[in-house]
Amino acid sequence: MTAGDNAASYIGRALPRTGLNRLLNGQGQYVDDLTRPRMLHAAILRSPHAHAKILSIDAGDAKAAPGVVCVMTGEDVAKICAPWVGALGTAPGMKSPQQYALAVDRVRYQGEPVVAIAAQTRAQAEDAAERIRIEWEELPVVADEEEALKPGAPLLHPEYDSNICYEQTINVGDAAGAFAGAAAVVEATFRTGRHTHMSLEPRGIVAEFSSGDGQLTVWHGGQSPHMMQSLIGLLFGLPESQVRVIVPDVGGSFGLKIQIFGDEMAAIALALETKRPVKFVADRLEAFQTDVHARGHRVRARMAVSASGEVLGMDVDDIQTFGPFGSYPRAGVGEGRQVIGLIGGPYRNRNYTARLRVAFQNKGLIGPYRAVGHPVACLVTEALIERAARKLGIDPAEMRRRNYIPDDAYPWKLNSGAMVENLSQAAALDKLLRRMDYNALRAEQTLLRAKGIHRGIGLASFIEMTTPSSGVYGEGGAPIAAQDACSMRLNAGGSVSCAVSVTDTGQGTSMMVGQIAASVLGVPLERVRVMLGDTDTMPYGGGNWGSRGTGVAGEAVLLASRALRDNILAYAATLLQSSADALEIRNGEVCNRSDGAARISLAELAQLAYFRPGRLPPGFTPELMVTRSYAQRDYGSLFTNGVHASYVEVDPVTGEVKLLRHWVVEDCGTIINPMLVDEQIRGGAVQGLGAALYEECIYTPEGQLGNASLADYLVPMAGEMPDIDVGHIETPTKASNLGAKGAGEAGVAGASGAVLNAVNDALAPFGAELSEIPLTPERILRALGKV
Amino acid sequence: MHEPAETVTIDLTVNGERVTRGVAVRQHLADFLRGELGFTGTHLGCEHGVCGACTVNLDGRLVRSCLVLAVQADGCAVETIEGAGGREAMRLLQAEFHKHNAAQCGFCTPAMLLTAAALVEQQAVPSREEIRGHLSGNLCRCTGYQAIVDAVEAACVAHAAPGESHS
Repeated sequence: MTAGDNAASYIGRALPRTGLNRLLNGQGQYVDDLTRPRMLHAAILRSPHAHAKILSIDAGDAKAAPGVVCVMTGEDVAKICAPWVGALGTAPGMKSPQQYALAVDRVRYQGEPVVAIAAQTRAQAEDAAERIRIEWEELPVVADEEEALKPGAPLLHPEYDSNICYEQTINVGDAAGAFAGAAAVVEATFRTGRHTHMSLEPRGIVAEFSSGDGQLTVWHGGQSPHMMQSLIGLLFGLPESQVRVIVPDVGGSFGLKIQIFGDEMAAIALALETKRPVKFVADRLEAFQTDVHARGHRVRARMAVSASGEVLGMDVDDIQTFGPFGSYPRAGVGEGRQVIGLIGGPYRNRNYTARLRVAFQNKGLIGPYRAVGHPVACLVTEALIERAARKLGIDPAEMRRRNYIPDDAYPWKLNSGAMVENLSQAAALDKLLRRMDYNALRAEQTLLRAKGIHRGIGLASFIEMTTPSSGVYGEGGAPIAAQDACSMRLNAGGSVSCAVSVTDTGQGTSMMVGQIAASVLGVPLERVRVMLGDTDTMPYGGGNWGSRGTGVAGEAVLLASRALRDNILAYAATLLQSSADALEIRNGEVCNRSDGAARISLAELAQLAYFRPGRLPPGFTPELMVTRSYAQRDYGSLFTNGVHASYVEVDPVTGEVKLLRHWVVEDCGTIINPMLVDEQIRGGAVQGLGAALYEECIYTPEGQLGNASLADYLVPMAGEMPDIDVGHIETPTKASNLGAKGAGEAGVAGASGAVLNAVNDALAPFGAELSEIPLTPERILRALGKV
Repeated sequence: MHEPAETVTIDLTVNGERVTRGVAVRQHLADFLRGELGFTGTHLGCEHGVCGACTVNLDGRLVRSCLVLAVQADGCAVETIEGAGGREAMRLLQAEFHKHNAAQCGFCTPAMLLTAAALVEQQAVPSREEIRGHLSGNLCRCTGYQAIVDAVEAACVAHAAPGESHS
């Protein structure tokens, strides 16, 4: 920010979101709320088997069923929708074969879409699906990560000689030497549950093809409309200019709705085939079985430490869960890449070896979920730090302080090779300890322990990748923009319209745009109208993922606001025979910078330019619409940092964990709206707390998802969740004028590690130590030797 | 194999308006409200009664409209978010939800508000734990709940304040 920016006005203020009242009155318009004339509804017949050959499909009865308009098999859809490959150039050596929208010949996971039916109503389409007869030949199922890796395991793809999809190693320094010379070594095999995003609104799409002009319009509840436009055009052989993607209100996504899903492509195929609008919305069972999943790691890890608590070396071996294919276009191995790339991240240790293996298996596909890999990397690192601290008799907070990357060492290269601009780890830890009153809590813990009440305190430091460059996807060949843009115009009434290439899935992107624009332009916030989510009207850009909305698009908004302000002031200076430097905009009026006297309003300026341009000086045309773009190119990602603390009570009789309090201090650089940031952090933290205690997709050895309902896959509800205290350190990035980094994922990164540490701290007197989440009562009782 | 669905005519009041419609006996109330009447503020998150996003008032009781058949609402009065704005508790809640940013994506929000309104109308100011317990049938995947609890607490306090007019 510079002196010319009226930054103090809205930036940094906890203002209620513009537009929220629409949602509070039930006036949100989500995909399933849309109807189009003569719209059909799609249902999908899915594979009941995790691995089988399709010998025959008899859809004759279904085609004749009431209300049915069109039935398409995998072969039918493949004629108009090309197969895709879920591999990415940024994961060199990754294999993944072609996959089709609907299975052709063979199914490889339970729930894989096989036949698509369009009917007058969803119920009729589902009725018709029951009339389809498929002859299957069941094949051996590979549903276990480690079994899938073994030589001789049944192959998912006969064209490959093994199930290995991807392997990666990192070798920095001399880890073997570090272990040989260590005062102590701690080690464990960590397991983290396979998760599903559980966006409350399931995936959905409405597709409409206008045969008159050859235009395909797709309403997609998603995060990245231009990416979807590119991919849909590519798969269906349609020129980009004939595909329009509109993102209406979105009921949560968290990284889910930025993939190509076969059922959604089948709905588009049905719309092209029938020349009628087609809606497909996944039901909850479909969501459980076919949304991409995430997390799901087995990490064997060791840490060597000196007697004074210095981390001397780390050695990790990660096996990531996977599906039969890479997801498209993000591939899904970023999960494991980021686990081994971020383990040990907060600390200065330079001796590190890591290995990642990913094998195809007969389970749902893996894709990005909020803070990809981070929570697992954090859990492994932080659990080892606390094990080491316990072994050495060092306070766990002090153990961290002794190992953080020194404040004067930046820019710092991580063992993965990624560059870190500037962190505030020691300051964040100090602030956290003050906010939680760490010493008093320790004293209380000791006091209660004597009374048989077992409470534990767990910490977890994390670093977080945000505001990614094109190195993450674009360089790997995926049509995912790393750049964003803002087109901004002054309207005749003196209001300002901002079209921005990001979306808003509830985090408050629109409000962020409005606060920056109003501040820099000097107009009241209520006069800024923000437009998002339509490839026809928004400038080109990446959308919302990877904590990039504020860091990338926010900077584009800042630049556009400055440019429009400069144009307006130059225009006013011409009219007023003044100098632009002597003028500024305040509250929607051009004023003298010297005495603040109002000279002319923005409405008057705009009306003169639009309605009576004949009165303008000859040869002068004011430009009251500008576009500015920004891509973060200084670093691979802008790293943020922070630290979580969890205070829990464990009942050693029942194995139940009660979350008493949770604290987070994080540093996302410049904060635009602290209320929105705090609730992003809390929402993320609760997803991490769910991971710690409840969430896990449980597959049977036959590859059946055994808990595919909300009654069986537990998610955090209000009653189990604690109040979460959020504090901030602000270290603005120098990669932009705005100085903002991302805040959307920091909450989830450290939460589960902090809870695992707190539970182990509570159980320390019993000599019990867990290394697997979710921390179910059964696992806790097993660790206590009680079952 | 299903036989063609039987249709039954039902007569009910929805958000104060008399409605007479023929409905398929297998259609649940949420689909009827959304698809037949256009009250899309009622959302479907799971269709098995856990997430709470489809919560509406049926004769003054909170119900999961995915677990109630439309025919069961025959002769009843249904209130959805679209018809609840006249209640003082709802006006207070909406103002506090706005002030505290107690909604992100908004998908759980209408049902969360209807559920909370029942608590606000109980008069006595509940503890935060009681608020959390009361809201525990409504899943919010975005907010972390704290802002919702803050907003409901503020609305309860405002509603119970002695001498204040709520009309």
